[in-house]
Amino acid sequence: MEMEMVSGRPKTLLPVPTHYCPGCGHGVIHRLVAEVIDGLGIREKTVVVAPVGCAVLLYNYFDVDAYEAAHGRAPAIATGCKRVNPELVVFTYQGDGDFAAIGTAEAVHVAARGEKITTIFVNNAVYGMTGGQMAPTTLLGQKTTTTTSGRASETAGFPIRMSEMIATLPGAAYVARVSVSSPKNVAQAKMAVRKAFETQIKGLGYSLVEFLSQCPTNWHMTPVESVRWVEEQMVPYYPLGELKVPKEEY
Amino acid sequence: MTEKKFMAGNEAIAEAAVQAGCRCYFGYPITPQNEIGEYMSWRLPQVGGCYLQAESEVASIYMVFGAAGAGTRVMTSSSSPGISLMQEGISYIAAAELPCVIVNMMRAGPGLGGIQPSQSDYFQATKGGGHGDYHMLVLAPHTAQEAVNLTMLAFDLADKYRNPVMILGDGNIGQMMEPVEFKSPEKPFVARKEWIVTGAKNRPRNIIKTLFLDPVILEKRNLAMGAKLREAVKNEVRFEPYMIEDADIVIAAYGTVARIAKTAIKILREKGLKVGLLRPISLYPFPYQAFAQTAERVKSILVVEMSLGQMVEDVKLAVCGKSRVHFYCRVGGMVPSYDEIVAEVEKIAKEVK
Repeated sequence: MEMEMVSGRPKTLLPVPTHYCPGCGHGVIHRLVAEVIDGLGIREKTVVVAPVGCAVLLYNYFDVDAYEAAHGRAPAIATGCKRVNPELVVFTYQGDGDFAAIGTAEAVHVAARGEKITTIFVNNAVYGMTGGQMAPTTLLGQKTTTTTSGRASETAGFPIRMSEMIATLPGAAYVARVSVSSPKNVAQAKMAVRKAFETQIKGLGYSLVEFLSQCPTNWHMTPVESVRWVEEQMVPYYPLGELKVPKEEY
Repeated sequence: MTEKKFMAGNEAIAEAAVQAGCRCYFGYPITPQNEIGEYMSWRLPQVGGCYLQAESEVASIYMVFGAAGAGTRVMTSSSSPGISLMQEGISYIAAAELPCVIVNMMRAGPGLGGIQPSQSDYFQATKGGGHGDYHMLVLAPHTAQEAVNLTMLAFDLADKYRNPVMILGDGNIGQMMEPVEFKSPEKPFVARKEWIVTGAKNRPRNIIKTLFLDPVILEKRNLAMGAKLREAVKNEVRFEPYMIEDADIVIAAYGTVARIAKTAIKILREKGLKVGLLRPISLYPFPYQAFAQTAERVKSILVVEMSLGQMVEDVKLAVCGKSRVHFYCRVGGMVPSYDEIVAEVEKIAKEVK
């Protein structure tokens, strides 16, 4: 019987304070990923590729080997690493600017190839690190520093649903969208991360978990207001759930 | 035992890479270097390696980043427009001090330009190309055999200096067929790579990164990179002096143009003119000293390039006004003929008299 940690800091997460803002989703998401790595007992063969964005410094928090990518290129670096050492468990951790704007080509093709890696995609509908500009996933009407009257489709186009797009590709084996807006959602998110890593370990193809995450700082909300905004504003456009599961496995 | 094989430059480079221990190739098709990727696509699987056709040159160079960081010998190849797309990644590779080999079979630019041979990426190759303070080591073969030898050397240099190394050729070098032989190095260079990403088992985690927000730390890293490159400048200058001992006029040319210059020199010598060639093999580091010494006793140096004048700037820098530096070029994919070079030298010889 495998013992799963139910409380306490996961071994994979280093005992250091993070640079994330109060109420930010990254802390919880980091912890979920670390718990899954611990639970699967794969810390010593896991490699993370950090993005450019708020999570650029995540290798300061995860006790695993790491690359830091250029903006949007994490899937290509992960591909190079995995092709050299197929026994490794390789995952990219990317924000919406990284995965859904500047790195869209890499994001689509890593899935199209069915590359046996996992992407943790954190969608908070805004550019966090650079101070709150419009993201490709910014909702229509949402105010950002570059859409001060709210995002208008006539000039700024429409928010992009990455998970739905990736799920159409045969190489993508597991695709799920989750959130960390409630204890129930956190528990479901952890299950999705675990399935994504298991999909990779079993060699079934590419796996993607999109997190809807809150950014109280750039949304100009309290943490409580921001989790409510995820549920009331984001979830209707970005529905939660598993979009694709490997046929023979689940 | 080695045997001679009749091969095009591009294929010779690919085979040389495999024999040098290259086990990963990532690339995107572009003329005139497609034979490298095509060769690798069947050859690498034979030796348990990985060939992958990427979605772009941008992705290719980051796959190279990932594979180099995982500890394997890895290469990519492209031609001018594709190499431009890779510049961001080359800067990151240099910053992360990852060893890799990049082949550029230059075609005429700017823009899409053409697919005929050119040497107009000299600045991009030797002076940076991407952002930040870094240099690739750049090697320029002028025969298929030299392409083989330099490709093997390139992997050793990449490992030795933890730096990207470029093989800078052109359409001619890549397409021309010549007999080549593959000699394995007597002492294969094996680099210790304790910094690679393999999973943090029984050791602290390794991190391959290029972000250093503290300028005190970044300055230290930049200075260390400068010291490393100075070491390469000290050790890795390569050039071929050809009939320069008694020469009154010296031609400076590399790659394809150097071959043509050799033919021109034979004709000129038959005409009684003492002409030689100083051929840079390493374009970075550039053989400044060899040109400085040549300028001490030669009145005229003729630089011939398939560019509007790029290497000529380095020659002028080396010569420092001590001899006259003349320049002749063909551009846009046109290759200078030996007749043109003969005529240029004769013109200079008349002026000197």
